[in-house]
Amino acid sequence: MSIGIDPSPKFAAYAHPERLVSGEWLQEHLGEAGLVVVESDEDVLLYETGHIPGAVKIDWHTDLNDPVTRDYIDGAAFARLVGEKGIARDTTVVIYGDKSNWWAAYALWVFSLFGHEDVRLLDGGRDKWIAEGRPITTEVPAPEPVDYPAVERDDSTLRAFRDDVRSAIGRIPLIDVRSPEEYVGDRTTAPAYPEEGTLRAGHIPTAQNVPWAKAAAEDQTFKPLEELQAIYRDGAGLAESDEVIAYCRIGERSSHTWFVLTHLLGYPKVRNYDGSWTEWGSAVAVPIVKGAEPGEAPGA
Amino acid sequence: MPTIDDTAAEGLPPALAEIRDDFLALPVKERLQLLLEFSRELPALPERYAEHPDLLERVEECQAPVYVFVELDEAEVVQVFATAPEQAPTTRGFASIVVQGLSGLTREQVLAVPDDYPLTIGLTEAVSPLRIRGMMGLLGRVKRQVRAAAGASAGA
Repeated sequence: MSIGIDPSPKFAAYAHPERLVSGEWLQEHLGEAGLVVVESDEDVLLYETGHIPGAVKIDWHTDLNDPVTRDYIDGAAFARLVGEKGIARDTTVVIYGDKSNWWAAYALWVFSLFGHEDVRLLDGGRDKWIAEGRPITTEVPAPEPVDYPAVERDDSTLRAFRDDVRSAIGRIPLIDVRSPEEYVGDRTTAPAYPEEGTLRAGHIPTAQNVPWAKAAAEDQTFKPLEELQAIYRDGAGLAESDEVIAYCRIGERSSHTWFVLTHLLGYPKVRNYDGSWTEWGSAVAVPIVKGAEPGEAPGA
Repeated sequence: MPTIDDTAAEGLPPALAEIRDDFLALPVKERLQLLLEFSRELPALPERYAEHPDLLERVEECQAPVYVFVELDEAEVVQVFATAPEQAPTTRGFASIVVQGLSGLTREQVLAVPDDYPLTIGLTEAVSPLRIRGMMGLLGRVKRQVRAAAGASAGA
């Protein structure tokens, strides 16, 4: 019972046009059975200041992360979370958020770990919706809870762990989506972001630096296909790659890049290393390169 | 330098104690609503700062750009000013708590506020420990500025 796709010509050029919707499309379909709109922001209170009518909120930190283990919630907790929001296994989920959908893409990636099939992003996210003068409300919906099956999270396809990354060095292209300052090793967190106690600075050997926001246009939408191809295929040399691993600091910015590579450019096997720099930069005896050059694989 | 009285550190200034008690009296989900109310109450900057954003210090520990500035009068009574964008209500809420909780206290009272105050107001679970760290940073900046301002006036 999933809902038809947005036929916008811009999306049609992408590898998976069904993964994006425009504000116009969403406004037309609001309230339709089988559609749930989810807001996911960096700021945990932004939803409360006003959101798309009928949209529910999922917070990346308090909802999607396990409160004890550094991991995502398990299948039972995910089923409980989304079931309470009125999301069934076959629901079309459209996620949007602040900062060019940075956190919305992260939520979408987590939905994908659980194999939720029809999950899309609102191109341009929250800011574009508001800029276009579309409706906003502070009324919090009370959805009828539905049964969502407890599906085991698949960590093997879309997610990379430290050892996967280690064995990928020199074999699979790595994309470091952090700021140039973090990449060269001048700092361990994004400029103006809190220090999270990572012990070493730099990047994983061989990783190309393509800051995530390069894929976002001024109005926070995704850039058109040709521009994305110029950035990733030509610029970062991903032309012939089947596999790619993206990382950042905790896996949020790289979810945005994961979305671009997987759904817009159509790379068949892209994994997000969510341990990212907060793990790698504190791990013992893993190789690190400083400076602007990607560097060589150890022993190469 | 007068030393900080240990008993003063235990007895929280009334405004901060009230803010903490108000949060703790609510179920976790409703605490976010109260934080939202605080964010709406953050006073606009007085004109002398609105026209001189360079006077304000950026708090690096917060995710959103937030700026704070303190003033001490002759009686060493502290006024705290802060600004944060509308799109960052959590940060605005933190700033508002700091402004409302610390303004009007004496220098000594501000310096005696426990550094872990943000961890005690029941928001850690509601907003996540990562975010609460931004408020710790905010409090730390204010205390540092108060310390520095006192040093400057002593040397004048």
